[in-house]
Amino acid sequence: MKVEPLLEARHIDMAFDIRGAGGKPARLNALRDLSLDIFDGETLGLVGESGSGKSTAGRVLVGLIEPTAGAVKLLGRFITGPERRANLSAVRSRTQFVFQDPQAALNPRMRVGDSIAEPIDIAGAHTRRDRAERVRDLLGMVGLPRDSADRFPHEFSGGQRQRIVIARALALEPRFIVADEPVSALDVSMQAQIVNLLMDLQARFAVSYLFIAHDLAVVRAIAHRVAVIYAGAIIEIATKGELYAKPLHPYTRALLDAAPRPDPSRVRTPPIGGEVPSLLSPPPGCRFHTRCPSVMPRCRTDEPALRETAPGRLTACHLYDSA
Amino acid sequence: MADPLLSIDDLTVQFRGDRGWSTVVEGVSFDIAEGESLGVVGESGSGKSVTALSILRLHARGAARFRSGAVRYGGRDLLRASERDMRRLRGHDIAMVFQDPMSSLNPVLTICDQISETLRLHQGLSAVEARRRSIELLDLVRIPDAARRIDEYPHRLSGGMRQRVMIAMAIACRPRLLIADEPTTALDVTIQAQILELLRDLRAELGMAVMLISHDLGVIAEFARRVVVMYAGRIVEDAPVEALFRAPRHPYTEGLMASMPPLEGDIGRLYAIPGRIPDPDEPIAGCRFSPRCAHVEALCRTAPPPLVAIDARHRVRCPPRTRAIGSQA
Repeated sequence: MKVEPLLEARHIDMAFDIRGAGGKPARLNALRDLSLDIFDGETLGLVGESGSGKSTAGRVLVGLIEPTAGAVKLLGRFITGPERRANLSAVRSRTQFVFQDPQAALNPRMRVGDSIAEPIDIAGAHTRRDRAERVRDLLGMVGLPRDSADRFPHEFSGGQRQRIVIARALALEPRFIVADEPVSALDVSMQAQIVNLLMDLQARFAVSYLFIAHDLAVVRAIAHRVAVIYAGAIIEIATKGELYAKPLHPYTRALLDAAPRPDPSRVRTPPIGGEVPSLLSPPPGCRFHTRCPSVMPRCRTDEPALRETAPGRLTACHLYDSA
Repeated sequence: MADPLLSIDDLTVQFRGDRGWSTVVEGVSFDIAEGESLGVVGESGSGKSVTALSILRLHARGAARFRSGAVRYGGRDLLRASERDMRRLRGHDIAMVFQDPMSSLNPVLTICDQISETLRLHQGLSAVEARRRSIELLDLVRIPDAARRIDEYPHRLSGGMRQRVMIAMAIACRPRLLIADEPTTALDVTIQAQILELLRDLRAELGMAVMLISHDLGVIAEFARRVVVMYAGRIVEDAPVEALFRAPRHPYTEGLMASMPPLEGDIGRLYAIPGRIPDPDEPIAGCRFSPRCAHVEALCRTAPPPLVAIDARHRVRCPPRTRAIGSQA
């Protein structure tokens, strides 16, 4: 029997109409033909540089924005297409979003307990005593003192504020959380605490995560599988073990080579040149071809499809076109 | 041994807060040698940027004061030099590059205008000469198509290109010391690798010393030959890069390294230093790291620990770890 994924995204395109240079209308193709699955209790890491479309992907996958094309099925319901509105309200309480900046995500004038209880209040059906008890439980789950409820966000450090945001995200027992760079704004010693907390909560509540980050090392610590996104297109998906030990796509390899390591004696590979192309006018063919050290003539004209290069592994690169 | 290029001696800096002055850097002393690549690493509140800004006296007027110390450069104490002398020195002898190039560049001036300004001010070049030299500098920082790019405005450039422009401006007068404060933190990882390579090349080509400030031990390991580790306003360890990464001696340095998720090998639960970074005003008796330290002993809480030299090039501020060895540095 095939296990139904918690989330299935198929052929997502996301374009934004914006004002380009000189105020002329332009079309920004943020995502192109994005397909992925996330299973129950799984963490999928989504790694990319700025402008890769990774945050846009996160927003599409929980229904915060509607894609231009393609389908998203979340908890068995399509949150795209004609039933989007009805189905979204059915799944919305089971999905949550955690942003990078906990400072911006919390109302500075609201007591922490009220912030955490806000989803409960909106969902209704809780008595006053239940609510207070639930808030204390949630504070305990994220490792904050239970008397934090009456305090204000500014009394907490950045790491503690991210714990508050996570407590709020857990309030309605979600099945799926999109965490968009949740530890990037934190100091190294705080990052490890939050990553460990997210892993503990997953072990306890079997919640699934889409963990969006630019930092390959942090993603390696938390994800089961990793998708690498470049200029709006996923170029590789593999289990964590395979992706880091044997990157197949030249971009994945370049990212791993470029990541700084705490090893002063390491022999460095020269970094790849160039920059992420503009999504207003992405290059034809493979979007990475302008920077790729292994570029071939066909890469400049034919866009490679994401296809199986090993069991359970997908790569979008002409190097692996079978003869 | 040759005199150092620059010498910071017992620097203590205070910031004006709601409840009076609070000490954000305390008793910081280190030298920078001619042509050296020095890394300064620390988390927020460690005092690494405040130390760097003190060298050039770039703190907001009235918001900071030097409680003690000296910054010796070329036979002078920069903390006591006249503002006129400092203006002559900034950008000429000692230049600085910051994290966010967009806020350091003037959006209504072209790249040429901005680089030329430094050259005309410090070197008295004519407009034509300054333009020619600016193009050379863009070439030097590997900006493709420099002769055309020179007339563009900052918003037309990517973050990586803007940081290259900032570096071009900083090296325009061939400074003897370049201070780079988190120069790659706002950049993508592939661009970060390019900029670090550029800084390594420029240091070698121009023979200038570079002081690179970063929160990222990986970046420090990729760049520096010597590393100063700061925590809560104090130096906790100062060592050659190989020694530091092979055998860190301060428990904070150890903890910082252990909490970095590795890119190779086994990975399980991450090590996390417990607790949080203290505020500058938080009263902590003895060692500022002691509330978070896994190896804390009674003596750590009695008096502020001294920075002790365990050999000629390695200093550590941890009494339990330096008990048997060395003398106070």
